[in-house]
Order: sequence, then C-alpha cells, then structure tokens
Amino acid sequence: MKNIRNFCIIAHIDHGKSTLADRLLDATGTVTSREKQDQLLDSMDLERERGITIKSHAIQMDYVHKGEKYTLNLIDTPGHVDFSYEVSRSIAACEGALLIVDAAQSIQAQTISNLYLALENDLTIIPVLNKVDLPSANIEEVTDDIVDLLGCDPEEVIPASAKTGVGIEEILTAIIDRVPPPKGDPNQSLQALIFDSVYNPFRGVETYFRVLNGEISKGQHIKFMATGKSYFADEVGTLKLKQVPKTVIKTGDVGYLITGIKEAKEVKVGDTITDSKNPTTNMVEGFEDVKPMVFAGIYPVDTEEYEELRNSMEKLQLNDASLVFQPESSAALGFGFRCGFLGMLHLEIIQERLEREFDMTVITTVPNVSYQAYTHKDPETPILVNNPSDLPEPSSLNRVEEPYIKATIITKSDFVGNVMSLCIEKRGEITNQTYLTTERVELSFDMPLAEIVFDFYDRLKTVSKGYASFDYSPIGLRTSQLVKVDVLLNGNIVDALSALLHKDNAYDIGKKMCEKLRQLIPRQQFDIPIQAAIGAKIISRETVKALRKDVTAKCYGGDISRKRKLLEKQKKGKKRMRQVGNVEIPQEAFMAVLKLND
Amino acid sequence: MVEALCVELELRKAELQEEVETIYFGGGTPSLLASEELAAIFETIYKHYKVSKNPEITLEANPDDLSEEKLKTFKSAGINRLSIGVQSFFEEDLQLMNRAHNEKEAFASIEMAQLFFENISIDLIYGIPGMTNERWLKNLEIAISLNVPHLSCYALTVEPKTALETFIKKGIVPEVEDGVAADHHKLLIAETSKAGYDNYEFSNFGKDGFYSKNNTAYWQGKPYLGIGPSAHGYNGKERSWNVSNNTIYIKKIREGELPLTKELLSINDRFNEYVMTGLRTKWGISMKRVETEFGSEYRKHIDNQSKNHINNGILKFDGDILKITAKGKFLSDGVASDLFFID
Ligand SMILES: Nc1nc2c(ncn2[C@@H]2O[C@H](COP(=O)(O)OP(=O)(O)O)[C@@H](O)[C@H]2O)c(=O)[nH]1
Ligand SMILES: C[S@+](CC[C@H](N)C(=O)[O-])C[C@H]1O[C@@H](n2cnc3c(N)ncnc32)[C@H](O)[C@@H]1O
Ligand SMILES: [Mg+2]
Repeated sequence: MKNIRNFCIIAHIDHGKSTLADRLLDATGTVTSREKQDQLLDSMDLERERGITIKSHAIQMDYVHKGEKYTLNLIDTPGHVDFSYEVSRSIAACEGALLIVDAAQSIQAQTISNLYLALENDLTIIPVLNKVDLPSANIEEVTDDIVDLLGCDPEEVIPASAKTGVGIEEILTAIIDRVPPPKGDPNQSLQALIFDSVYNPFRGVETYFRVLNGEISKGQHIKFMATGKSYFADEVGTLKLKQVPKTVIKTGDVGYLITGIKEAKEVKVGDTITDSKNPTTNMVEGFEDVKPMVFAGIYPVDTEEYEELRNSMEKLQLNDASLVFQPESSAALGFGFRCGFLGMLHLEIIQERLEREFDMTVITTVPNVSYQAYTHKDPETPILVNNPSDLPEPSSLNRVEEPYIKATIITKSDFVGNVMSLCIEKRGEITNQTYLTTERVELSFDMPLAEIVFDFYDRLKTVSKGYASFDYSPIGLRTSQLVKVDVLLNGNIVDALSALLHKDNAYDIGKKMCEKLRQLIPRQQFDIPIQAAIGAKIISRETVKALRKDVTAKCYGGDISRKRKLLEKQKKGKKRMRQVGNVEIPQEAFMAVLKLND
Repeated sequence: MVEALCVELELRKAELQEEVETIYFGGGTPSLLASEELAAIFETIYKHYKVSKNPEITLEANPDDLSEEKLKTFKSAGINRLSIGVQSFFEEDLQLMNRAHNEKEAFASIEMAQLFFENISIDLIYGIPGMTNERWLKNLEIAISLNVPHLSCYALTVEPKTALETFIKKGIVPEVEDGVAADHHKLLIAETSKAGYDNYEFSNFGKDGFYSKNNTAYWQGKPYLGIGPSAHGYNGKERSWNVSNNTIYIKKIREGELPLTKELLSINDRFNEYVMTGLRTKWGISMKRVETEFGSEYRKHIDNQSKNHINNGILKFDGDILKITAKGKFLSDGVASDLFFID
C-alpha cells in the first residue's frame, strides 16, 4: 500500500489535462508508441471531436523511482460543469491532485471550483504551470497567481509543457514524494467507492472503484449499499490501457469490477461496495442521486418512429445513467419523451448520439428547468413542473419556486462592467466581488438556473471577448414570478414551443421568439401569423409571408418540368420538417429560442 | 432560319403519328415572318404531317408588330387565332417592363386585329411595382369592353439578372408585395367571372368556345412536337428540347442532326406532372385516369394524401374528379407537392 499513489488532474477546460495525461502515460511506458493517439483517455468519438472529456476515466501506471516500484492510479475527471458531481466523486477517490494552470490564461473559474473540491477532500495539491512553451506564457505572473491562491512556496509550482515534455519527470517525482500513500485497514470489511462506470455491450456494465478498506476478490459476494443490490464479482482487475484481470484488489488500490449488470442505472456513481455477508457500517460519505437540471421533450420527426425512438433511448440509458425519460404527449408533436439532463451540454450530447449512433431524426423542444408550484387550495404541497404544460392555471396558482445557483465568474477587470450588466439582465444578484490580482476579478452571483440554460455561455463569451470563465453550483429554490408564454402558429397554440419565463422578461423574449421563428419557418403557400401570448393576451406578432408567385406564373411546355422539379424538391424538404396543423416547422426551430441573440 | 425549321419538320415527321390538331407560332417574334416564309412552313407541315380538318392555328404577336397588311397575310396563310402580348394598357407599366410598344399601340393593335380575327387572346400582367388595384381593374375593364374572348393573366415574375431585378435591388423600383398580387388575383377572378369568362386554367380565362386548345393539350399530357430553338416537345414518355442558340441550331440542322436534349420521364414524374397540371385546371385529376394510367397504388396514395386538404376545404371530389376549391386555388402548387409520389 505504501507504494500506491492515487491522484487526479484538475484544471479549467483546455488548460491541458488530457494532453498532460497522455505525456504521463508515455513517460511511464504505459502506452507503446504503436498504441499512441492523442487524448488517449477521451474514448468517445464525441469527446475527441469536441475536445472535452465527458466521462471520467482511470488508468494505472507503473513507475520506478529510486529503485522502488510504484503503482500510480490516474483518475481523469470530466471537464464540464454539467458533470460536476462525477468530478467530485473522482476527487473523493484520490489522495492527491495535479492542479494544472495554463501559463497564458492563469487561474479560471473551474480551476478554483475544482480546487475547492479537492481541498474539501483533504487532497494534496501539486500545482503545475502548463504550456510554458507558449510564447504568450506569463511564467512569473501566473506562478505568483498560483502562490497567492494556494499559499504555497513558489518552488512547489512545477513549470511544464505537456506539448514538449518539459517537467514531466518532475511531476512524476512530485506525485511519489508529495502525495501520501493511501490509508485504510486491510483487515476491515470491504468498503470501496464507485467513482465511474462504463457500459460495455458485451460484458455489461464495468464499475470503476477505489478500495478504501478491506479488499475485493474475484468471486466474492458483494453488495452495493445505496441500491441495496447484491452481485457476484465475476471479474476484478486493474486498469491498464487494457483491463488486467486479478484475483484480488487490495486496500488503497483502484480497479474495475464486472458483475453482469446490464443497465447503467444500477451502478450509481458515489455508491459504496461492500461484502454482502460481512458488510461495513460506513457508507462512503457524499453519495447523491444525481438529479437532472434541465428538461426537454424529445420527439421523432416522423411520428411513426416513436417505438424506434423508445428503443434508442433505452439503449442510451444503458450506458448513460444520468439520462432520465418518461413518455409524454404533445398536441403538436404527438408521442415522445420528457427527458431530464444534467445540463445543456448533456442535452446536446444525447441529441447528437441519437442522430449518430441510432440514426434518429428528432425534435427537441424548448428546454426548461424543474420548478415547484403551489396552489391556493394546497399551498404546502409542491407540484413538480418539468414541462410548461404542468404549470397550474394562473388563477389557481399560489406561487412558484425556481432553482437558483451560485455562479462564479472570473474575468479581467476591464470586463467587470459588461459581465455585471449581463448577470443583472439575467436576474442575477451580486453577492461578492474579489480582486484575485489587480487584473483579475472573481464575481459571485445568485442567479436563477433557468437563465443559464437560455444562451448564457455564448453571451458571456461575447461580452468578455472570451476572457471570462464560469462555474456554478445549486443553492436551492426561491419564489419567483413565472408566466407561461405560448406560441401560436396560424392561430393555434403549439405546445412544444411554450416556455416558462420570468414575468419581466416575457415580453422581450416572446418578441424575440417570434422574430426568430419568422426567420426559420420557410414561406409556405399562405401567410403564417406567429404570435406569442400570455394566457389570452397576445404580446407579440410576426408573419411569415406567403410564397405565392410561382402559382401565378405561366405554365406551358417546358415550364411544366421546371415546376415539377421545384415542387419535388419542396416535398423532399418537408421530410425534415414537422407538420403542425397546416404549418411545416423545421426541426431546428424548436430549439431556436435558445439562440435568440444570434 | 425558316429553312432550318422546315428541315427539322421533315427530319422529325416520324415522331408524330397522330393527327395534328393545333399549331402554335410562339416565342420570340413570329409576327416578323414574311408571307412567303409562313407559306413555306405550312407547306412543309401539310406535306409531312396529317393535319385535322379544323386545326387551331395560333400566332403570338406583339402589338407594335401588327399592321393591317401583316394581319391580312396571317389570315390568308391560314392563321385563325391571335395571341397578343398586350401586358398592360398603361404607359407606366409598359415602360417599367421595358416593352417596345406603348399604350396607344396596345389599344390599336386589338381593334385592328378584330377586323380580321374573331379568336383573339391577350396577355396581361398584374402585380407590377406601382400598379394600384384601380389600375389593374381598369386593365380588366378595358379588355372586357374590347370584347376580347380570351385572356391570359400572369403575376409579374422578377427574373434574375434582368434590369428590373437590379432596379428593385437598388430600391429605384419598389418591391411587389405578395399581398398586392393576391388582391389583383381576387379582382381578376371576380371581374372575369362577372363578364362570362371561364377560368379553365389558373392563368387562363376564356369565353365559351374560345379556350386555347393548344395549351389545354399541354395540361392534359397530350404529345406535341416543338420545332425551332429552345422549343420543347413531349411524346408521352420523354420530354425533349432544342438548343436555344440560333446559330448552333441552324448549324446542327444543316448537318442533318437534331440539336435535342432528352429527358425520360419516370412513371412518378408523369404522375406528378398530371397532378400538378390537373390541379391548375377546371378538369382536375380524374381517379379513373390515375387507375388506368398509373395503377391502384397511385390511387391509394392520392386518397391518403388528400384527406387533410379535403377536410380543410382546399380540395374536393366532384364525382371521381379531384379538384382544387376556390379557396384553395392560390395554394395549388403546395397542394400538388403534397400529392406528389416520390420514392
Ligand atoms: N503549446 C501547448 N499546448 C498545449 C499544452 N498542453 C495542451 N495543449 C493544447 O491545449 C489544448 C487543450 O488541451 P487538452 O489536453 O484537451 O485540455 P483539457 O480540456 O484540459 O483536457 C489542446 O489543443 C492541446 O494541444 C502545452 O503544454 N503547450
Ligand atoms: C408563352 S406565354 C403566352 C401564352 C399565350 N397567352 C397563350 O395563351 O397562348 C408568354 C407571356 O408570358 C408573360 N410573361 C413573360 N415574362 C413574364 C414575366 N417575367 N412575368 C410575368 N409574365 C411574363 C407575358 O404576358 C407573355 O406575353
Ligand atoms: Mg480533456
């Protein structure tokens, strides 16, 4: 046990976490040059393309230092706020963390939020100043920033380049010298923390765990404490580039477990594995059932593909336990599913995977967060509102509560004004403002979660010219003035376009929604009025002008085939659209309300 | 050119076995033809083709080309119908559309033509920038009071790369709003129906016995031969068209070669064209014809696809004929594309 080191890498997005991980794998000979490819730990196609880590991963490296052999377990963490719970569980499985800071960009919001998580878990922090090879690197200044943040010695900061390999040996040495070996009692009954799981269509769900006390053996009868389910450990092993089966994984070590579980939702990140006959009484602290933050309807473009969509969603859920869904129906779109997501990135990923992996063309409706409504009749019992149509009639409504978050934004002092205006527009209340350096400011806001769902990231990027980083965490529900804004096409409400909005924004957003829809809905053979309404009150109106002139042109000999070809093309175009009443709505119009400022 | 036309007529005589029922001299300026030239063309036609007893023989002319002498020539050559490109009886409109004739010639040409011909059609254009409802109504009233038995009326299409398009883009000429063209169309329907014209095709209005037989044949999918540069032909299976360039056309014909491009129409293409043109005419789409010509699968397809439109009062069945309703007229293109069969 004294030669095991468990560590993770924490960093703001793009500061070089995946690249540095690749260098560590090279330096320890974990990957042969033949197996090499960039961002080795990012295994999903989507992760490589988008350059972000969506799932966390783990890998074991062997390293000889001063003649002694060490086992280094690297636990990679996801790099997006949507997955912050998974980050927290990965951190809980470690004793140390490499804190990577980009030498050109210095400390950013996620650097800090992840650092706090690591400190809460008593991790030893090894600061690494990455990208020192960049001409724009500010080595002295950023080192000072790090020293200020951690209160450490400047000598403790390791200058490195994941690109050129500078500093990699120093990092490995620091991991061995500074990160404490795991503590834990091999003689106690088994207590292991699940920090990740991966779906394998052939072998079932692979569970990644860290043994805190006791040990886990092949064939052992085990129990997951939160779900209460028992299994046989069909296979246990360590995670090299490929899995290496072992007879036992001992105290302090990291490994994988295969039990024949077929559904990802049976394996809950944060759960504790113990022995079923001789269970521990201590569940690992911090377990949470991850709750979806954003809800949206997903419908097939072709109504006949409903069953196929259900099958695809079920398969996706097998390997993504954080996706939840239940059937719903919409007057406009027919049968589909109300789905819960961890955040907007998660929503996009699911939509993209449905299209890529399952060849489904789907419509995603206007996303919303989860509200709690109370009626006059029963002002104590909350009604869960995950869909605009769940909101009780205004006359019977006592109050609505909406989820709030604490937002942390770090930006340059030049942009403080812009960022503040944006956050105030988004109903934020400033709670703190700290100058990290003379140049860099940390701003904290209490804000409604819903405001972040509606085009916050893009706006933040724009108003700060890219110099702002952002992170958030939930802080509970607050009473709010919400109204349901409906969209009418041709006089009929299209329920899939309804949105719950704060009363003060409703007019403005309703107007923008109408404008956006006017641009997106193709002209048809008749005028299409687009209206936004609160109850019976119309708050905005636009018209998609009819496309008529074709029919009034001459149509003889050669005109006939030209016209036929044109109309055939139109008919084909309609296949990617959804007919609601007699209006054809393109797939992308349903999500358009998210990008109102484009 | 006329020589080439006659050669083409001879080269293609085998393509048309049926009796020739209509002959149409159109496109460009056939009114420029000299009497000998017209005579030569007719001679070639009668020599190589079977022509019916009372063929409809139309000549398309611009008002400024017509003179008493010309009209006499046409008449004696055998022309029995005139289609005059009047477009408008107002100077402003004619200038805006860059037409060679003026307001006066528009009137005069009709009155003159009526001395020789009874079967006369004029083309009118509505939805012109700056054209008020009143002015369009005046145009209709003039045409009706002149006792012209057939009208073809089109909304102005602003063609790409024309002077008009440039003017509109630069803001020199105001854009035409769809609503205006729609209003004009409403006036058109009301006025012509009051005056006893039958709207037998979307853009065509005729008094009893004065429908264009030639154009009706296009919409009914009958075979026709197109002679001359850029002329289109159809033999029931293939559509073909000649090169548009005069010089190349003449050169190829001299070499004894037909400068044709052909396109084979699939059964779906033919069905779609029938649906499209059928909806534009008062004859509608005959289910019996769909069954016999295309098969029961197409019949079922129509039944399925038309349901919604029937419920919305846009289509209706008249016995076994599917027709567009008055309410649906303006939508017939979109409805046609809904009824299309595409694999
Ligand atoms: N110049 C330079 N670029 C680096 C270095 N480390 C990472 N990068 C680049 O920075 C970008 C983000 O790196 P990545 O490892 O994906 O960051 P992550 O989001 O933290 O995982 C990629 O384009 C890397 O090639 C470095 O040390 N020097
Ligand atoms: C081949 S069609 C005439 C057919 C004729 N009316 C008949 O029934 O036999 C030619 C006519 O199309 C109309 N036209 C041509 N270009 C046009 C345009 N850009 N917009 C509207 N109408 C146009 C003009 O009225 C022109 O006289
Ligand atoms: Mg990464």
